[in-house]
Amino acid sequence: MKAPLSWIKEYVDLPAELGIEEITERLTMLGLKLEAIETSGAGIEGPLVVGQVLTAEKEPQKNGKVINWCSVDVGDANGTGEPQGIVCGAHNFGPGDKVVVILPGGVLPGDFRISARKTYGHMSAGMICSARELGLGEEADGIIVLPADAPAPGTDAREVLGLGEEIIEFEINPDRAYALSMRGIARDAALGFDVPFHDPAQIDAPLADGSGYPVRLDDEGCDYFVTRVISGFDPTAPTPEFIKKRLAATGVRSISLAVDVSNYVMMELGQPTHCYDKAKLSGDIVVRRAQEGEKITTLDDVVRVLSEEDLLITDDSGPIGIAGVMGGASTEISETTTEIVVEAAHFDPTTVFRSQKRHKLPSEASKRFERGVDPLLPPAAAERVVELLVEHGGGQAVGVTEVGPTASPETRRPLTTITIPVDLPARIIGLDIDRATVVKSLELVGCDVTVSGESLTATVPTYRVDLTDPYDLVEEVARIVGYDKVPSVLPRRATGSGLTRAQQLRRRIGRALAGAGLVEVVDFPFVGEADFTSLGLPADDPRRNTVKLANPLSSEEPGYTTTLLPGLLKVAARNVSRGQDGVALFETATVAFPVDQAAPIYGVDRRPTTEELEKLLAAIPRQPLHLAVVLAGERTRGGWWGAAETASWADAIDVVRRLGSELGVPVEVASASRAPWHPGRCAVVSVDGVELGHAGELHPNVCKAFGLPARSAAVEIDLDLLISKVPATAAGPVFSTMPVAKEDVALTVPVDVTVAAVEAALREGAGELLETVRLFDVYEGDQVGEGKKSLAFALRFRAPDRTLKAEETAAARDAAVARAAELTGAVQR
Amino acid sequence: MSGPNTDYDPVEVTPLKAEEVEAAREAALAAIDAATSLEELKQARLDHAGDRSPLALANREIGALPPAARKEAGQRVGKARGAVTQALAARQKVLEAEHEARMLVEETVDVTLPTDRVPAGGRHPLTTGADYIADIFVAMGWEVAEGPLIEAEWLNFDALNLGPDHPARTMQDTFWTEPAENHVVLRTHTSPVQARTMLTREAPIYVVCPGRVFRTDEYDATHSPMFHQVEGLAIDTDISMANLKGTLDHFATQMFGEGIVTRFRPSYFPFTEPSAEVDLTCFVCRGAQVIDGVMCRTCKGEGWIEWGGCGIVNPRVLVACGVDPEKYSGFAFGMGIDRTLMFRTGLSDLRTLFEGDVRLTTAFGSEL
Repeated sequence: MKAPLSWIKEYVDLPAELGIEEITERLTMLGLKLEAIETSGAGIEGPLVVGQVLTAEKEPQKNGKVINWCSVDVGDANGTGEPQGIVCGAHNFGPGDKVVVILPGGVLPGDFRISARKTYGHMSAGMICSARELGLGEEADGIIVLPADAPAPGTDAREVLGLGEEIIEFEINPDRAYALSMRGIARDAALGFDVPFHDPAQIDAPLADGSGYPVRLDDEGCDYFVTRVISGFDPTAPTPEFIKKRLAATGVRSISLAVDVSNYVMMELGQPTHCYDKAKLSGDIVVRRAQEGEKITTLDDVVRVLSEEDLLITDDSGPIGIAGVMGGASTEISETTTEIVVEAAHFDPTTVFRSQKRHKLPSEASKRFERGVDPLLPPAAAERVVELLVEHGGGQAVGVTEVGPTASPETRRPLTTITIPVDLPARIIGLDIDRATVVKSLELVGCDVTVSGESLTATVPTYRVDLTDPYDLVEEVARIVGYDKVPSVLPRRATGSGLTRAQQLRRRIGRALAGAGLVEVVDFPFVGEADFTSLGLPADDPRRNTVKLANPLSSEEPGYTTTLLPGLLKVAARNVSRGQDGVALFETATVAFPVDQAAPIYGVDRRPTTEELEKLLAAIPRQPLHLAVVLAGERTRGGWWGAAETASWADAIDVVRRLGSELGVPVEVASASRAPWHPGRCAVVSVDGVELGHAGELHPNVCKAFGLPARSAAVEIDLDLLISKVPATAAGPVFSTMPVAKEDVALTVPVDVTVAAVEAALREGAGELLETVRLFDVYEGDQVGEGKKSLAFALRFRAPDRTLKAEETAAARDAAVARAAELTGAVQR
Repeated sequence: MSGPNTDYDPVEVTPLKAEEVEAAREAALAAIDAATSLEELKQARLDHAGDRSPLALANREIGALPPAARKEAGQRVGKARGAVTQALAARQKVLEAEHEARMLVEETVDVTLPTDRVPAGGRHPLTTGADYIADIFVAMGWEVAEGPLIEAEWLNFDALNLGPDHPARTMQDTFWTEPAENHVVLRTHTSPVQARTMLTREAPIYVVCPGRVFRTDEYDATHSPMFHQVEGLAIDTDISMANLKGTLDHFATQMFGEGIVTRFRPSYFPFTEPSAEVDLTCFVCRGAQVIDGVMCRTCKGEGWIEWGGCGIVNPRVLVACGVDPEKYSGFAFGMGIDRTLMFRTGLSDLRTLFEGDVRLTTAFGSEL
């Protein structure tokens, strides 16, 4: 919301010595936040004067353009008093017109320095300016033509144009609808400095006589509708300069006198109004809801199909406006309009909000109506529009019609009253605020306040539709007393029990992974079909079934991901492309699996019941916490110690095993086949038989699709599951300090027998004396024969209570080998 | 073995003569002294203390002496041998020490050689930042609450006094999921965790919730469709704005150091009333507005920077979440973690946090 300071000052007696900084600082602390201060015409330097065009000769140019070679009277401003020769490309003026001229030596905004220069065969000494060139607006429809009664040629044009005006831009919060007007801003300025306020809405509007344009309200969405009629209006009357200037300052385009006046009054009072060409109206104005499929062409020349929820202004011809949003083209004021119907009405905020959203048509009017306009404003606003139109466009006001329940004090909604304990503001603000201060603050806001014992009742003025609840009054007191007065006091000490076990474990997992040389990344969760195809997921893979976004940022990525891998693989590839020889990344984030249930929308006047809450929670997509890891390229660096090692499937599986040992959870590994992994190099990892996820080398096609080095490896597991398997307390180990006995065995087995199977058989056969078993060599080749491999295991035996005898150890070893032979066909070499 | 001695004299044997023994001893000590390495000493030991050394041979002759002469000769030889043994041991010690010292010198390496066989890992600064913030509150006795990123519309909006037609809903550009009638959204703020906490816990409540949120913002240096907030909620008897200010001042000081405090400005949030914007003392100029006579660029000479929003929990929210507003009041606040982190670390482009370049994380290590 932009407001020229001079306009605000019209309604509030601000002390002259107050600077704009002090004013905006105070208003900011009252909740009208300063966004920017600008001065119109900033950046203009040097001689900017009124000029009068004496001659303008049209000269066609070779490039097809026609220029005007003008002789312009600039008085004595050029030092000679001779007419100034200026070339101008615009055509919206002619001899006799008064224009704005910047003479050589002047500077326009953007550091555009003006000098006499040769152009189109003439020495052009200066420039005739447009509003855009002066930084006064975006319009470039030609140069500024001043009114005929503008000051004499040579006069400084700054005053004429109203340059140097200080304009404050406020960021108005949605609850402070009243501040979307000079009236509201001035009222806060008045209370902020405790100076008198002059309400521009306090004007004598003529009483309704039923002779305005006839109106019928067929819907409760409109509770007040005022029409005024002006006849004998001069459609060619120009908008007076002060209105143009002020509209430009507030960022509103000047269109025609009728439209400009309507906008001017909206900025002044906050009440949107509308003007109809009476000649184009047929029959009574009726306010009603639309019929499904009804259409209207709005002022922006767009045909809009209406919904049954849209509130319309209609006449016998059909819709002539969407209430509070935008008028229709068919009854628009034109250059021939002499009879005007002025509408000032009050509409239901929700209805306006929905229509505006439905038609994607936010307007200055809808912005005010949906936030809440003072419901008693229509007569004053209509009178103000009529007054300005008659004053500047001639004609006379010929009738006032007012309809709707709010029109009459008897049927009007009573004023809002709010009752609070007198000490509520002090308690909630946490500051000793006495009763008199509370009362005075609320009175400054405009409330009628009565105190009875410990209870205070405030009757809220109609322009403060936002004040409905006890705490709203607390906020008003707080902002007037000053937020800067709120002391800093820690609350009484809370007695929480620290991080939960899961929260601690999540941190520990992150640290363990970082300690293992993995780098954490944070990535967006959005995916598309192309990602799943790159991963090689089968058509029926459940991971393809994502929670779909209705309004994704990119139509290529409409889903919320079910797997962290696509994002992580892209990040890995990005790092490789930026020159990393090896990347080891991890990400922990939730993924989502849709549940096909609707989440209810409950009321908010009570807590949902436990069943209702359960139903609500059950409809939210399942969102387990996942961990994904990618290892691409070098896992260890090359150096003076030897060559670099490339990451492999084994490193991926080891990440999970290490996590397991970090958390005290034994991880089981078995071979599996699952995209996006290499079918022969993928492990399913589980705890207690519950599958956590997968680890291994990526499928070569996947590495290619993502632009990753060959043999890149990856992991994805469900961290929530892993954390749920962590024992609450770790059992202390019992171990013997007796001497260890070592035995190595080499076993030949068929190649398809897994190490895990052989190891398990050895353990089983060796019995309780076996302490550890560890594979230390694998050999395939001529010496073991086709289809076989040799596995060398180191066995360590230890007894709890004695030194083992050689024969005991040998017996245990033989038993181990025998069991391995039995279960896996192993033969000792 | 010595051969038959032509000069055999049962009373006086040549090798046992005092001057002979003395000469052998002198020779031995000289050789030992002359040994400059353990190898040379070994040779000296063989030559002068070995089985064939003069003193050993002399010793063997003692038996040939008449009993009366044996004692004196024995003592003479024994003394001499003792002196040699002692000298050997002493020299051995010296040479060993020398050898050891030389070995250590020879084994010297260049300790500035690279040692990073396995590249370092690290946790993301957003993770460690969230932990850092959580710990500030945990230390005050608060707990860390959590909620899902894809959330029920009712919890994200309605329960927080953002009804379906609330104009404030247009302030937040929401990612909606399909179908719309399922009423599920990507949470636009961490505030639904407030609602969840009140719905599932008894007052008093002191919780902080760091987490990820989504809005349909274009991705640029200062905006991202995904970012992080930290939400705080305190519900107790007699909670006031003063308590809110006290808590945020403490948070600011813990996060940015002594002398950094907060300032409130009136604002509007549907879920709080009264509501405030929180400004933070500029941590660069520390409120001074100028640095070395030049306007502070971080706060643009204001001395303050915007940090987040806060307020007294709107009693309508308490009602929807089952907290008795007659008995309890509460405060809530929310800050951007990404923004806070950028303040603390001087990062200038938000996108750096989300593009996954390992150089970002490794620069921070595993803690903030």
